[in-house]
Amino acid sequence: MTPLLQVKGIEKRYGARIGCSDVSFDLFPGEVMGIVGESGSGKSTLLNCMAGHLEPDAGQVIFGTRADGPVDTVTMSEPERRMLSRTDWAFVHQHARDGLRMSVSAGGNIGERLMAVGDRHYGAIRDRAIDWLGRVEIEESRVDDRPSAFSGGMQQRLQIARNLVTGPRLVFMDEPTGGLDVSVQARLLDLLRGLVREMGLSAIIVTHDLAVVRLLADRLMVMKSGHVVEAGLTDQVLDDPQHAYTQLLVSSVLQV
Amino acid sequence: MNEYNFAYLDEQTKRMIRRAILKALAVPGYQVPFASREMPMPYGWGTGGVQVSAATLTPEDTFKVIDQGADDTTNAVSIRKFFENTAGVKTTEETEKATVIQTRHRTPEAKLRKDQIIVYQVPIPEPLRFLEPRETETRKMHSLEEYGLMHVKLYEDISQHGAISTAYAYPVKVSDRYVMDPSPIPKFDNPKLEMDAIQLFGAGREQRIYAVPPHTKVVSLDFEDYPFEATKADHPCDLCGAEDSYLDEVIMDDAGNRMFVCSDTDYCRSRREAGHVGRLAEENAA
Repeated sequence: MTPLLQVKGIEKRYGARIGCSDVSFDLFPGEVMGIVGESGSGKSTLLNCMAGHLEPDAGQVIFGTRADGPVDTVTMSEPERRMLSRTDWAFVHQHARDGLRMSVSAGGNIGERLMAVGDRHYGAIRDRAIDWLGRVEIEESRVDDRPSAFSGGMQQRLQIARNLVTGPRLVFMDEPTGGLDVSVQARLLDLLRGLVREMGLSAIIVTHDLAVVRLLADRLMVMKSGHVVEAGLTDQVLDDPQHAYTQLLVSSVLQV
Repeated sequence: MNEYNFAYLDEQTKRMIRRAILKALAVPGYQVPFASREMPMPYGWGTGGVQVSAATLTPEDTFKVIDQGADDTTNAVSIRKFFENTAGVKTTEETEKATVIQTRHRTPEAKLRKDQIIVYQVPIPEPLRFLEPRETETRKMHSLEEYGLMHVKLYEDISQHGAISTAYAYPVKVSDRYVMDPSPIPKFDNPKLEMDAIQLFGAGREQRIYAVPPHTKVVSLDFEDYPFEATKADHPCDLCGAEDSYLDEVIMDDAGNRMFVCSDTDYCRSRREAGHVGRLAEENAA
């Protein structure tokens, strides 16, 4: 099986300081990769480099496109990369406000990606918006409400619907459950797990919440100071941590 | 004449504006930045249009100014006087006789000829502005032809009002490439944007000039199931009886009486002179 995404030697520096350095891994179709680490460990920098929001100083991000096979997205032209980020890629921000248009109705938010790839039939766009609202457990009657009238959990679910409506193959998630209370987190995780399995999505999830990766991720990378210190199957890393930092991280989780 | 340089602006400035106009004509619908000057009138009163007119006028031209279709309102009168004073050109109220027409919010009802130039005053040239506030981002969207967002606005219209309720400044796609704000003309005027005359658009405060050359394809954006409609009030003109012109609604009294009149005063006047009579004009005559 060919990997969907091959990351090779990604490095990003902010002046003399290291954002992330020498990160390499393969992601296969249908696989969910978790990236954990403390604040400032470079996990968001890495995610933004992979998603094309930041330009890495070195390395390759090779994505298996539908049309042309594996292509390095770092060196591809900007129109191509932006097209990719509207179709085959999705990016779920930590704060729903960053990923939504707050002054546009829920239906318009979901429809934007469809219209961006050339959908021009209002009825069809609206039907798909309503279908997706249902899938993320938002009532159909809220389709014309603005996201500012939604709760934090609903906003996050709306953001997910807006991203998945074009049927992407790879989803980048930056702390998707951050800032939500635990019961809402649990529902969101259930929903995400269902969608990922149902659509056969590949995903890269950045989080500092070990419970999230335990539930969602097949594989896990632990980052510290811009470097990957440990990687492996999620259960293996969490149950038998080898690196001192991973041991610290696992033992820091509060038990209720 | 007087101490002003011809048409107020100095020759270097007019040269700079003409270069921008030529570039705008070469790339239809593209917003060309230019070094907009301070004009002796406030922003929003047509400083962009005035500068484009000044760079376009020659001493032989005949100049007409339209404000919301009318020749006799403040904006039209003051700009007409401005060029009478500073350029000494002939002015007219008749669309037929004008060679340069500066307009705010309307396109004349009469069909323009290839030897005429129409200059639109534009308050906000960026059609994506209210959807995307960042100029860097809207420029990128234009250069990469990413116009999905424009349809999001139309989608919002339909979802809130059941129809595309955008009635003026209705976005168009020019020559299959650039999405353009046709200035705040009513969407009734949108089909007229494919014309024989040169159309120039000047935005003074925003420092942009753009253009639609003659016979250029101009398509109003819409949805397959909600096609574009050039709407107007469903009435004939009460003065001249015209059924094909864009109408203003005028409240007559506190009892709810109202009349509809052509917004293009020159068109209405020429029809009445030709003997056409509308509903209220008949009553007066009787």
